[in-house]
Order: sequence, then C-alpha cells, then structure tokens
Amino acid sequence: MSAPLLVVDQLAISFPAEAGRVRVVDRVGLSIAPGETLALVGESGCGKSITALAIMRLVPRPGRIETPSRISFDGRDLLSLPVTEMRSLRGGKIGMIFQEPMTSLNPVTTVGSQVLEAIVLHTKVSAGEARRRVIELFEMVGIPDPAMRVGAYPHQLSGGLKQRVMIAMAMAMRPRLLICDEPTTALDATIRAQILELIRNLAATTGTAVLIITHDFGVVNAVADRVAVMYAGQIVEEGTREELLGRPRHPYTQGLLRSIPRPEARGRRLEEIKGAVPRPGQWPAGCRFHTRCPVAFTGCYTEEPVCTRVSPTQAAWCHLVAEEARP
Amino acid sequence: MHWVSNGVVILLIAGSIWVARSVARSRFWRESAIELWRRRRLALVVVGVFVFIALLDSISWIGGARDGDNVAAFQPRTLIDRMVQPEAFKEASYSAPLASVAFYGGQPLRFPGAHLLGTDILGRDVVYRALKGVRVALLIGAFTSLIVIPIALLFGVTAGYFGRRIDDGVFFLMTVLASVPSLLLLIALIMVLGKGTLQVCIALGVTGWVHLCRIARGETLKLREADYVAAARALGVSDTRIILRHILPNIAHLVIITFALLFTGLVLAETILSYLGIGLDGSWGQMIDQARNELSRTPIIWWNLAAASVFLFALVLAVNTIADAMRDIADPRTRREGQ
Repeated sequence: MSAPLLVVDQLAISFPAEAGRVRVVDRVGLSIAPGETLALVGESGCGKSITALAIMRLVPRPGRIETPSRISFDGRDLLSLPVTEMRSLRGGKIGMIFQEPMTSLNPVTTVGSQVLEAIVLHTKVSAGEARRRVIELFEMVGIPDPAMRVGAYPHQLSGGLKQRVMIAMAMAMRPRLLICDEPTTALDATIRAQILELIRNLAATTGTAVLIITHDFGVVNAVADRVAVMYAGQIVEEGTREELLGRPRHPYTQGLLRSIPRPEARGRRLEEIKGAVPRPGQWPAGCRFHTRCPVAFTGCYTEEPVCTRVSPTQAAWCHLVAEEARP
Repeated sequence: MHWVSNGVVILLIAGSIWVARSVARSRFWRESAIELWRRRRLALVVVGVFVFIALLDSISWIGGARDGDNVAAFQPRTLIDRMVQPEAFKEASYSAPLASVAFYGGQPLRFPGAHLLGTDILGRDVVYRALKGVRVALLIGAFTSLIVIPIALLFGVTAGYFGRRIDDGVFFLMTVLASVPSLLLLIALIMVLGKGTLQVCIALGVTGWVHLCRIARGETLKLREADYVAAARALGVSDTRIILRHILPNIAHLVIITFALLFTGLVLAETILSYLGIGLDGSWGQMIDQARNELSRTPIIWWNLAAASVFLFALVLAVNTIADAMRDIADPRTRREGQ
C-alpha cells in the first residue's frame, strides 16, 4: 500500500459553551490512501461533518481546531499552511460536495458560470477553453445535453442534476481528494444510486481518493473501501468494508447494523440502540458509549478505551474487544 | 458652470448608448429589458419624457438673448429657455390657466389663452417653471443615490460578511445617525456646507444611507451562511470574490427596489427642504412653498400647487412602478419562464 494521501491525527475541535470550551470532536484519527474511498459513519451530531470541514480548514467561527491536532495532506501540514496556499488547495487539490444540492448553487447565476469559476480560479485559461472544459465536465458527470445546460439557472434543474453540477464543480481541477458530505441524503432513492455510481466511477477512473460522510449503511456498502465509525466525537471502530459490515466488533457498530431493516427480519420488531446520543460537553466518563451499551462492564464506566487491533486493518476502541483480544 | 453640465450630458448620452449596447448583447438583460417594456410601458414613457426634458434643460450656452434683455444676454441659457423664451413669454402677474385676461384687474393678457397652466405672481409661465423643476428633481434623486448606494453597500456588506469589529463599528455609526432626527441633521449639514446642488445632495446622502445599509447588512448576514457561499469557500474562492460574485448579485434586487424608494424619497425630501427655505432653486418644492400663501387667497390660486404636485406625483409613481417590475424581473426566482 502506498503512502497515505491524507492523515488526520489527534484532531480536536472545540466550541465555546457556558462552561468553557467543549470539544465536539476529540482524538479523531483517519488516513486515506490515494484512490481509496473511506466512509465516515455516525449519527447526526457525532462530529463527522465538522471533521470534514476541519480538513478544509473551514471550521466556522467560533469553533477552533485545538493544538495537538495534525492534518497532513500529500506530505504537507495543512494546519500551518498560509491562508492563500490553503485557498488554492481548496477546489484545487481537495474538492468538496455538500448535502443540499438544492441550496448549494447560487440561484442568480447560471450553473455553467459557477463551474467556470472553479476553473478560472485555479488556472489561467482562455474563456473559450474554460467553457469547453465546463461542457466536458458536464459530460463526464452525466448531465444530458451539456452544451445547453451550461446556460441554465439552478432552479431549472432537478435535484439530481444539481448534485451532478456540484460534483462537476468539485471535480473541475481533478482533485486528489474528494470530500462528500452526505451527498445523497437529500435525493430520492433512484437518483441516490445513480449519484453513488457516478462518484464510484469517477474515483476509479481518475484515481481520486474519496472521503464520504454518511449515516446510511447502504451508501457504505455501495462505495466504501474502508469504513470509520464515529460516536460522540470519537472514532470507535475502523476497518475494511467487509470487516465492518461482516464482523463488526464494537457494540455500537453492531447495534447500528442490527437496526437496519432487512427482509429476513420481516414482521419482527426492528432493533434499536436504546437512549440518545449524549450532548457535546456532557460526555459520560470512561467509554462515551457506556450509557447505551448493552454489554458495558465495570471498566467502561471509568476508563477510556484504547485502540485494539483485531486484524491488520480493523481496530476498535472498546474494553470488551480489548478483553477478548487479550491472550 | 454651464460647460460642466454640457459635459455631463455628453457623458450621459455616451454612457446610455454603451449600456444599451451591452444590454442588447447579453440575452438575460435583453430579455429583461423587453419584459420591463412589456409590463411598464406607460411608466417608462413618463420617465423617458422627464429624462428628455432634463437633458434639454442641461444643454446650455451663452448668447442669443433678445435685444435689451441685459441679464439673459450674459447668462447661459438652456434649450428649454430658448424654446420658451421666458423673458418675453410672461405677464404682469397672476393669470388663470388658459385665461385671456389678468386674474386681478381684468386687463387683457399679452399672450391670451397661451399659458396652459396660467402664470405665477411674477407673471412667469407655470408650465415652464414645472418643466424647469424636472432637472432639479432628477439631479437630486440620481446624484444622491450615487452617493448613498456605494456607501451603504460597502458598509452594509462588509459589516454583515466579516462581522465582529467591523460590524460593531458600522452598527454604532448607523445607530448614532438614526438616533438624530434626520431633518435636524440635514439642516445642520446644509448650514455648514452651504446651499447648492452638490451640498444638498451630500447632506441628503450622509443622512440617507442608513436604511439601505441596514437592509444590505441583514441580507448579507443571511447569505453568509448560505450553502452556496460555503460551497464557494470550499472551492477556494476568496472573500472579496465571494462578496462580488455571490453576495452582491443576490442583494441586487433589494438594491433596485431601495434605489427607487430612495430616489422618490429624496425628491420628496427636497420638497420639505424647500418648504424650510433651504431647498434648491427652481425645484418643485419651491413652487409648492410659494403656493402656500396663494392657497389662502380668495378666489383661490391653485395652479401653481397643482402643476408642481402633478409633476412630482407622475415622476414618483412612474419610478416606483418601474422599480417594482424591475425587482420581479431581476430576480430569477420570481421570474416567469419565457413562452
């Protein structure tokens, strides 16, 4: 395996609260190899979107990335990069697409000129050349009749087409890394499959690494090579798609997978994880999942779990897994 | 000064030819212009006529006065002056619209039946005076808007976009200005700056930017959080470019509607200033001010007030309806799909 393209290490992001700053993301580590697709999975509010924004260094104020954090991309330390260089990296080497294609395009300019902006911002090309590239991109992301659509306004396009435009924008400069923040949540089921297919094909043909953020295991199954599961601002388990979906070790991952409706369980009550995600700043002591964990035991209430490798590629942060792995 | 206004007229004509050509070149603007014409034909014609009159009243040169008219011979006279010949086309005093005898005394007039809206106390033709007021009104509205809009947008958008210190500063300034009665401030400013078109425009501009600034700030505050601004940031777009490409175009329709309200508000504000005796010479406000006493006469002398009011009303109404249509058209979200 080649050297990782993106390494996130000890990432901590804090926001001010009544009693000092609260870390909504803590000790998050990720790594993505070139051409690899990593899915970051978790419930709403677990900190997965803010992690993606942190990689772009776009954590909204008053949020702050705390000191031990390290994010390196292609060997460069992103957190100490000058603002202008960081800006040229965004949209240049790192592309990002968002959850809401409906509102992620400027309503008063044509979609063509918005994709054009992505191109002229990062390269010096003539207007005609840039326009040709836009049409090429539209073709690449499967927009029918691209020459005509460049002059369309966002409200004239469907949600699926808008998401394709967003992908064209993000892919305009052939980025090394594409971050997709819940790219299909706002789309209906058939369009969802098409968009995922598109993302997978683009990643395969261009060799782009993809970080896809989702709460949907259908998406994970469709596109991911590797999966990281987040809970309450921390990674609780990571591994390849086969490992995580086939042999999940962390009780949280197991619970998530059990709560997916499946045909053979028809007629039975759908399982759920009891309780709700604790609020940021009110994390329980010890393992943050112990309040909802069906198999929690003494150590879980007081001590934070450490990383336990269960295979060369799979690891879980769980006392029980550590206990079982002990020889 | 007359060569300045001549130059401005040439610049204006050249500018509007350039604007017209660029409008014709872009499909969006061409269609918008056609749509505007379809919806507001009458109002556009009215404003067009007013603009035409103002232009005629701005081109002037010295000479060509009648013999024996010493004052007029050394003053630049505009095209309107030359068409009407106000030095000659006058009576001794009041005369009713289309009358053939004087209002007081009943002597026959020099131009019986020729004064469409009668004459004022000095025997000057009221139609001529109202026409002269067109230029003053347009000048006040347009020139002050030119001062107000850049200030308001600069302050409002930067305050809304960057927030924090800049926002605090701008908001403080706005609050201070808003807490002083604007009429008081206006009078004080004109006292300091002196009377004159430029001075009055600056005074109106200094007091008038708060409203648009507040709107621009609020809207920017909202747009700053828009998903497409976040998307633009993720594309590596700089703050300046985000403001120019994503924020300003999205508040353009608000600027247009505020511009129209501002324009008409300014024309009306000048009327108030004239009423207080610090307005501009030859404005409709002055006519209305002078008509104050005439209203208490018996029989009543109404044509001065009526002429100024009707002209004022026509301009204000036409500009407002055009702005209303422009807002609908400029905003692609409310725009009807063609065909």
